[in-house]
Amino acid sequence: MTACPHCPTDNWPELERGYRAMLPEDVLAFIDAHRGEPHSESLLIATLHMVQDHLGHLGPGHLEAVAQLMQIPLAKVTGVATFYHYFRLQPRGRYLINVCLGTACYVKGAEKVAQKLMDELGIHFGETSKDGIFSLESTRCVGTCGLAPVVMIGEEVHGPLTPGQVPALLESYLARAAEEMAKV
Amino acid sequence: MSEMINLTIDGETILVPAGTTVMDAAERLGIHIPRLCYHPNLSLEGSCRVCVVQVEGFDHCLASCATTAWEGMEVQTNSPVIRQARRDIVELLLDNHPRDCQTCDRDGVCELQNLAYRLGVRERHFEGRRKQFPVDDSGASVVRNAEKCILCGRCIRVCDEIQGVANLSQHGRGFTTVVGPANLAPMDESACIQCGQCVSVCPTAAFLEQDHTERVWEALGHPRTEKHVVATTAPAIRAALGEAFGLPVGTPVTGKMVTALRRMGFDAVFDVNFSADLTVMEEAHELLKRMEGGGPLPLLTSCSPGWVSFLEKFYPEMIPHMSSCKSPMQMQSTLIKSYYAQQKGLDPKDIYVVSVMPCVAKKFEAARPEHTLDGRPTTDAVVTTRELAQMIKSYGIDFTRLPDGEFDHPLGTSSGAADIFGATGGVMEAALRTAAYKLTGRNLGNLELTEVRGAAGEIRETSVTLAGRTLNVAVANGLQNAKVLLDAVKRGEKQYHLIEIMACPGGCICGGGQPYPPIGSYTMNRDLAKGRARALYGIDSGKTLRCSHDNPDVQKLYEAFLGEPLSPTAHALLHTHYTARTPRGIR
Ligand code: SF4
Ligand code: SF4
Ligand code: SF4
Ligand code: FES
Ligand code: FES
Repeated sequence: MTACPHCPTDNWPELERGYRAMLPEDVLAFIDAHRGEPHSESLLIATLHMVQDHLGHLGPGHLEAVAQLMQIPLAKVTGVATFYHYFRLQPRGRYLINVCLGTACYVKGAEKVAQKLMDELGIHFGETSKDGIFSLESTRCVGTCGLAPVVMIGEEVHGPLTPGQVPALLESYLARAAEEMAKV
Repeated sequence: MSEMINLTIDGETILVPAGTTVMDAAERLGIHIPRLCYHPNLSLEGSCRVCVVQVEGFDHCLASCATTAWEGMEVQTNSPVIRQARRDIVELLLDNHPRDCQTCDRDGVCELQNLAYRLGVRERHFEGRRKQFPVDDSGASVVRNAEKCILCGRCIRVCDEIQGVANLSQHGRGFTTVVGPANLAPMDESACIQCGQCVSVCPTAAFLEQDHTERVWEALGHPRTEKHVVATTAPAIRAALGEAFGLPVGTPVTGKMVTALRRMGFDAVFDVNFSADLTVMEEAHELLKRMEGGGPLPLLTSCSPGWVSFLEKFYPEMIPHMSSCKSPMQMQSTLIKSYYAQQKGLDPKDIYVVSVMPCVAKKFEAARPEHTLDGRPTTDAVVTTRELAQMIKSYGIDFTRLPDGEFDHPLGTSSGAADIFGATGGVMEAALRTAAYKLTGRNLGNLELTEVRGAAGEIRETSVTLAGRTLNVAVANGLQNAKVLLDAVKRGEKQYHLIEIMACPGGCICGGGQPYPPIGSYTMNRDLAKGRARALYGIDSGKTLRCSHDNPDVQKLYEAFLGEPLSPTAHALLHTHYTARTPRGIR
């Protein structure tokens, strides 16, 4: 038997409440202000930027909330979010590792250092290690070409670096993280 | 008259209307330019570059599908440069492709394989990294194997533009680009409504239906005393199965299909058409009851499982409008395990029901928890037309030489109204034949309601006046069209009594499980759809029994078992319910 004609089968009000709770106020205001505009789809990237600026990353829940509230198919939203380097799909780790892939560093073997970092951490660029300690990114010339190849961890510059030095470097940050966490 | 222009293709001059693409102009000269991403019913992608041609005055090659011809244009489709370029492109695709044609489901019916063969690609040059992605075979209906994907984007476009589901897109970038649902979620946890149109348009084996043939062979392997294996065939199978054996499009093969199934060892061969007649009886009465009892109207037809999922995910607030009738497949399976079991003195658990369907979504429907009997699925296996053709071939049956067989009784008798269920507008026409009889006491004039016989991608509406009452009805196929109708109803622009919706463009005859079109033709091709529909309308007009309410075995079923249409027994066995589902689709 079909559902009772008097019982609402509309799940939208409840879903909408949940989606709105996922996003910061001014993102909601931005989405609401542009609702129904002919090319609201073209505002997707701007909206994703806003969400990331606020929350540091774009989690699956945030993407779904954006898709539903902007009425853009979720597949398109995740398609865009995974296409652009800039978008982070996981929360940022305690330490951000930035591998310089600028010309000087590249020539001096930055790629091998990057590969070693990926192997050690088990992640690719744009990802965060399982323990939440490290995020890995790449960048162009950080202005210390004399130290090439260069890796920045947080605000600290390390170089010149060989792949062989990577494990010890990571160890030192893990130790520091353990110390910091013990204090709290 | 539109402006005409002259161009030369391979030295021959041709006059075409301005705006014609080079690919179409060449087609008019009988030159089929190779292609992969192009599909005439979908938007232009222009990504594969297989269709390149050389144009006088240009030092680079142009994609013929995306280039509009101009006056005085000189085109070469087969110069040495072009032949080499085209081959290079296909070779590059193959270099990044698994090397397992022999064990691939598309072997022999693969556009990529066929192209490589036709272009004379005989070796592989480049040994390098190849894309590696896990296969998602978790879905009840659709299997996604991204390693076979060549990123042509047809599936993305059909899912968005024709089905309005927009469940697929490219994810990531560069070498690791992959096509799939949002977050590469398992198919059945995505917005997918399992229609299988992505399977139909994919040139390779990157999308396939979930295979049920092995479990059917297994069931057929049991001794007859242990398992009573029943086949039951949907209306649209007979209109298309012949194509898989080289018969011309539109050749009805009902009798050969029955014989083939019997030879393969099925203990009984029934016709889902019987339950299509029964659906008409129940649905027509539901319509009349709602018209008398104040709604809710419009009543929406419920035969198409892709459409059912679409309603639950995209328009859940319209659920009260949906007919509570199970699909003909589920009515049929339920009756086989109740009415027929009783008649034969069989224990329902010893019966194994195999439904042959033009539809990929039927596999998902069969797996729904609503459709179980004592904790086991009512329909045990669903094989598509493609899978049945493959089974017949693998058995070694010479299909075209088979004598005609007859369906078994009692669940094999059907009226012409049931045959036309397979084409868009058919359910509507069948229901109105019976509604007319119930309202006026007489059958409709010549019984044919050609106003609702549409083509793929069309929305049709008409009004019929019966016993002084006007019924407004509408028909849509392809779920993008369903959105158009439902939105009009929601805005209050249209007042319909009955809306028929079939998920696939053209209806079941172009379902996601039908034979792949021959190379050079396409799913949704007008002639293909028309030819298959013609087969069904031909069967209908050739029958003397043309109305569901005249089906003697349906009448007997009511007398002996169900009572009346919409009786409590009928409700318990033949009706179902729906639930709002997530992820909610974007409409
Ligand atoms: S998809 Fe086509 S080319 Fe690829 S393995 Fe299968 S048959 Fe061969
Ligand atoms: S089965 Fe249909 S709804 Fe699902 S992804 Fe394929 S085309 Fe889209
Ligand atoms: S899955 Fe098939 S249709 Fe979709 S992009 Fe890949 S090859 Fe094309
Ligand atoms: S290129 Fe790396 S610091 Fe300049
Ligand atoms: S068919 Fe023209 S670019 Fe793919």
